[in-house]
Amino acid sequence: MIRFGQVTGAVWWRATHTFLTNPQFLVPSIMFPLFFFTAFAGGLSSLGDVPGFDFPSGYTAFQFCFVLLQASAFGGVFTGFGIASDFENGFARRLMLGAPNRTAIIVGYLLTALTRAAVVLCVVTIVALLGGMTFDGGPLDVFGMFALAVFVSLAATLFAAGVALRARTIQAGPAMQMPVFLALFLAPVYVPLDLLAGWVQTVARVNPVTPLIEAARGFVSGGDADIALAAPVALGLVVLFAAWALRGLRRAEAAGS
Amino acid sequence: MSPAAGTLGLQVAQLARRSLLRTFRQPAQVVPIVLFPLFLLAVNTAGLDAATELPGFPSDSYVDFAMAFAFMQGALFSMISAGTDLARDVESGFLQRLALTPMRRAALLLGQLAGVMAVSLLAGAIYLLVGLVAGVSVVTGVGGVAVLFALALLIGLAFASLGALIGLHFGSAEAVQGFFPLFFVLLFLSSASLPRELIEQDWFRTVATWNPVSYLVEGIRSLFVIGWDGQALALAFGIAAVVAAAGVAGAARALGTRVVRA
Repeated sequence: MIRFGQVTGAVWWRATHTFLTNPQFLVPSIMFPLFFFTAFAGGLSSLGDVPGFDFPSGYTAFQFCFVLLQASAFGGVFTGFGIASDFENGFARRLMLGAPNRTAIIVGYLLTALTRAAVVLCVVTIVALLGGMTFDGGPLDVFGMFALAVFVSLAATLFAAGVALRARTIQAGPAMQMPVFLALFLAPVYVPLDLLAGWVQTVARVNPVTPLIEAARGFVSGGDADIALAAPVALGLVVLFAAWALRGLRRAEAAGS
Repeated sequence: MSPAAGTLGLQVAQLARRSLLRTFRQPAQVVPIVLFPLFLLAVNTAGLDAATELPGFPSDSYVDFAMAFAFMQGALFSMISAGTDLARDVESGFLQRLALTPMRRAALLLGQLAGVMAVSLLAGAIYLLVGLVAGVSVVTGVGGVAVLFALALLIGLAFASLGALIGLHFGSAEAVQGFFPLFFVLLFLSSASLPRELIEQDWFRTVATWNPVSYLVEGIRSLFVIGWDGQALALAFGIAAVVAAAGVAGAARALGTRVVRA
């Protein structure tokens, strides 16, 4: 009987190898966060001068936190694309036949998403530091910030995996991408929550992504990151989407995929 | 009208109708053209409204300022639409079959572009309508709206012809999609979100100044927030016309090559 760890390792190795050796997957994953970071931190830095904008570490650091979580989330979404693609080309069908414990498959994809996130976040962080970003937090803040990124990556991967396991076609790409895109951009992206205007501020106040971004900004500035709110939200999203992904796996099994 | 021109006109009309039907029968193609620019308009307006408090910002309302961004995004989608449709015609062999008929090559290109322009016009009307409901004011009045649509159509033609060039040259819908981020980058690295004078970072301001998309955005924006600005409009119309002429010529050449290959 093939053990859990072997299935997980095999799925992780295959998907990670595909990601790292195919420029069409690797380059956009790195370029998109860098592009958003450049466009937002470079083009909108004068927003730091707006009355009421109080972020001591500067606008580059302010935007870095958003891009960090965005890159983590989209790494998860792209991993979901990979799962859907595996179903479309028949690989997933063979994988499910050969893996007695199929939860290991999801864990393998989760490890893949974390590996992707680690590669992309390293590049984005190095570029941000070279670009003059100041990090005012201590070692614990660095740990907290990247721990948040890990949780966001896990939650997004589980969400996208749930969609992919139900649809089992790459045509479901927009159904994985759009909700994540909407959740990220209906948060305080450009300015702090209090400076948002209109209905977007109302939505941002109840958007679970908001406390995550605000906590990341708290870590960067070495200020008071509201961990008491961000940690349960991050954990809750992971648990919720884990249930979503596992039910998706059962559906895929029932469909004979 | 000469019989030949009449035939060409009829062929263009038929292919434009085909292009329109093709777009409207696929909600996945229509929805992004209409909803995505409106969503970003809403998000940017809420997120960047605070920018109106910066000294020197040209408007009291960010939604007036941001309308140009929506129109430019619509133009980008027309690029994708034109390019993808023509690439699919290459991939599916439609172009090869068409080459066996008396259909003129120019009709294929003009018909496709006309269809995409019609969709652009409709999308532009929706952006403006939603903008007006959200409180947008066009300081140049009704005349400004007419000029706005003329400029938006010309910019749409410029981007659509570039999409057609890419689609016909590569013959792959995937290749057209691959070019989308490049054009999206051009939009973000322009003065679309803030006036050039208010961009703090020197390198970004330099890029935005050299980026022709900045002048297209500023031409559209002038009609909403500045008034009749001859220089901004001349630059926008001029750049759009040059890009459209180059794009159409390039696409026609690529079509000729593609039909010969076929």
